[in-house]
Amino acid sequence: MIELNINGKPYTVDVPPMKRLLDVLREDLHLTGVKEGCGEGECGSCSVLFDGVLANSCLIPVLQAEGVEIGTIEGVAIGEQLAPIQQCFLEEGGAQCGICTPGMILATKHLLDKYPQPTLPQIQEGLAGNLCRCTGYSRIFAAVEAAAKLA
Amino acid sequence: MPETIQPAQLVGSNPIRKEGRAKVLGQARYVDDITMPEMWYGATVRSNIARGRILSISFPPEIPWHEFTIVSAKDIPGENTIVHLTKDHPCLAAEYINHPDEPILLLAHPDKRVLPAAVAAVKIEYEVYPAVFTIEESEAEDGPQVWNPNPADVAHHHHLKNTFKTYLLQNGDPDEAFAAADFIIEGEYHTGAQEQLYIENNGIIGEYLGDEGVKVQGSMQCPYYVVHALELVFDLPREKCRVIQTETGGAFGGKEDFPSVIASHAALLAMKCGHPVKICYDRGEDMVGTTKRHPSRTRHRTAVSKDGRILGGTIDFAIDGGAYATLSPVVLSRGTIHAAGPYHWPHLIVRAKAMATNIAPHGAFRGFGAPQSLFALERHMDKIAGVLGLTPEEFRRRNFLKTGDQTATGQHLLEPVDMQALLTRALKEADYHAKIARYAESNKTDPIKRGLGFASFFHGSGFTGSGERRLNSLVEIDLTPDGRPRVLMGSTEFGQGTNTVISQVAAQALNLPYEAIVIAQPDTGHVPDSGPTVASRTTMVVGKLVERASRSLCLTLTNSGYVPRGYTPEEFQAGAIAYLAEHGECKVSARYEPVGEIFWDDEKYKGDAYPAYAWAVYVAEVAVDTRTYQATVTDFHALQEVGKVLHPILAEGQIQGGVAQGIGYAIYEKCEYKNGRMMNNQMTNYIMPTSADLPPIHVHFEETPSVQGAFGAKGIGELPMDGPAPAILNAVLNATGIAFNTIPLLPEDIFERMTRTSDTGSEALEPAVDRDTRVEAEVVA
Repeated sequence: MIELNINGKPYTVDVPPMKRLLDVLREDLHLTGVKEGCGEGECGSCSVLFDGVLANSCLIPVLQAEGVEIGTIEGVAIGEQLAPIQQCFLEEGGAQCGICTPGMILATKHLLDKYPQPTLPQIQEGLAGNLCRCTGYSRIFAAVEAAAKLA
Repeated sequence: MPETIQPAQLVGSNPIRKEGRAKVLGQARYVDDITMPEMWYGATVRSNIARGRILSISFPPEIPWHEFTIVSAKDIPGENTIVHLTKDHPCLAAEYINHPDEPILLLAHPDKRVLPAAVAAVKIEYEVYPAVFTIEESEAEDGPQVWNPNPADVAHHHHLKNTFKTYLLQNGDPDEAFAAADFIIEGEYHTGAQEQLYIENNGIIGEYLGDEGVKVQGSMQCPYYVVHALELVFDLPREKCRVIQTETGGAFGGKEDFPSVIASHAALLAMKCGHPVKICYDRGEDMVGTTKRHPSRTRHRTAVSKDGRILGGTIDFAIDGGAYATLSPVVLSRGTIHAAGPYHWPHLIVRAKAMATNIAPHGAFRGFGAPQSLFALERHMDKIAGVLGLTPEEFRRRNFLKTGDQTATGQHLLEPVDMQALLTRALKEADYHAKIARYAESNKTDPIKRGLGFASFFHGSGFTGSGERRLNSLVEIDLTPDGRPRVLMGSTEFGQGTNTVISQVAAQALNLPYEAIVIAQPDTGHVPDSGPTVASRTTMVVGKLVERASRSLCLTLTNSGYVPRGYTPEEFQAGAIAYLAEHGECKVSARYEPVGEIFWDDEKYKGDAYPAYAWAVYVAEVAVDTRTYQATVTDFHALQEVGKVLHPILAEGQIQGGVAQGIGYAIYEKCEYKNGRMMNNQMTNYIMPTSADLPPIHVHFEETPSVQGAFGAKGIGELPMDGPAPAILNAVLNATGIAFNTIPLLPEDIFERMTRTSDTGSEALEPAVDRDTRVEAEVVA
């Protein structure tokens, strides 16, 4: 039995200790907002916040997640109310196909926690671990800048 | 007269993406997010040779095979083929293998974790045959014949060895032009394969429902293509092959033809095991097993006059189609027509061919042949300018097509075209002239060489020639029980904004709020065939149908008296509900009709190739570090005339995304092959641009509404893929004096040229000597 803390809620799962955190979230806890893009820590679609740090859940055995505060996209909105970052991604066209969007929003959250008013190079660097094939990133940068203004 | 309400200007505004809320919440349901009761998982056993014959298949005893369902070609109830344009492509290899990773067997099991070991355990012995991996090997007279055409096709056409398709586009007599030429300039240009790299891999869930037939759902662009494929594989009528598109995480052409394969596989497993079966590829399998952009080789021979006019030319365009024809004939067609670019050619011959090799079939990828032939053309234009001693700008200005001119296929350009003005504005936006002057100075001492280059091009919107008439697309609109218009179409959303733009069009035409419009999920059990979501046709062609159907719905309801003329949204809704109470249903439709005369001769390749064209000039600025040999794009301006821009934020996002893919195509993304198998089938070693790799991408629009599209729109989806690569390599030439004619251009290529002894000279300084292409420039006067 492994105890997890996800989006502030406790969960207990009965899974092999080496099962990827990504699979536990998706298969055992049905938190499917976390996506698999490459399975090797390159694309960032499986990003979660791991004690506040952006991490690729495809590279984390679930055992390592015990005692860690895990944040997923499902924990970003406040009830039905979109968080400002989500609202800015919507309004600025930061999401196209949407498959990288959960990871991208968590990366933005992490970035803005670190740099509340990031420069463009800080945004570029902060999102460089999250690949997007649709947007060319420009409108994602616009969304991040808009979210920073609201903060 | 009833008071009319001014229509809200929805078209041209930026409403929130229709399905955007679900996407930012992480609630959008992609195929791998869906599970079904009693669902099993499928996997594919693939060949590990490029070409040969299967001698035996055995199942070693360490795997409990009785737990698995195993499907081979023998289990196919219908034809063993994935139909696209011909039937050469087997659903599962029965005896002969024609490319690495060709599907041979399918396995299903309730636990997906046991599948990889089972796939690896299957033992297949082969007799290995010689294989070919390049266009040159495929066309070699003494090489093996690796592809045999369908006998039915041979009867009608003369077939060359290993050749899927040829086209001859002829306009006048280039020999006359060569005889009159002051200069004849030759060049050869190559482009590599490119992976679409949608972030969501291909995936499908198949079900077999007994008498009801087969049902599949998953990631795809073209549900009705999948229906057609299933009809043959299962020998079922169309209405028993139901296909549903789920939220699709990027496609770019990579989910145009391939979903027919994986859908057939999932449904075959489902039929045999009696459970729904999900097949979702992982990244490695998706990259080795699915389609990529066709590699190409283009040879130009061009006659020009001393005063910089194109007199005529020949263009030999060849693409590598991989092992089966799939969509190669139509990719070749678009490449052939775009090979001439936005220029006036008094005499031109384009000879085009699609060749077979023993590589996994190449397929659709944004641009669809045009990025290949336009790369060659726009590099060649800079080369000719250099030979003539003209600037790239001046040489193009002397040869641009203009309103009223005829294109290479003989199409009269009836709608306004102003390439001169586009070029002027693009160069101004990029501060081109001041910058190239400044960099010419700084390059003398700075180890980082900077330069600018540009490309001028067009992209045809919609299917080629008579294609739209053949598609005969249909769109319907009905009313939901709560009185909202619901658009029914097979056209799909995969990030590009179909749902949003179509809702804008319907809302504008119906004079209703954007939020009132409902888009039905593409489910072939309920939506009509509005044609495939490809070819930059959805906003223009399908949008026009939605506009017409919306007006028809408006008339139906107002004529019925339930909805007053000049209605408010509330009156519309109340009237719609009342209409439904009386009539039970309200459904209107619109079927494709050509706008104006469209003439096309498929045999001679003459006539109106596309209903409309988007026109563009893209300017790239690069920095080439002579210490690391890395070329970087430092600034990018994309100017295009695309008709009315319906949603500026989405349109800008389309252009920026396409430019980013084009930058990847030019200087980052290389498919490495060994014996026909892609070796770098991972995101760690196939390098697509990250947020830290891209320059600012400035997007500029000119809007000249076209009669062809909804509210004046033309297609834009593919356009931005065409321009970046030639603009970037032209900029590298401007920065370094070195002409590179092959993409992708990686640091090792630049290193090799810059460190080569004695001949690192400049094309501009010695115009008669081209140091990169295998063909020498020929000066005859």
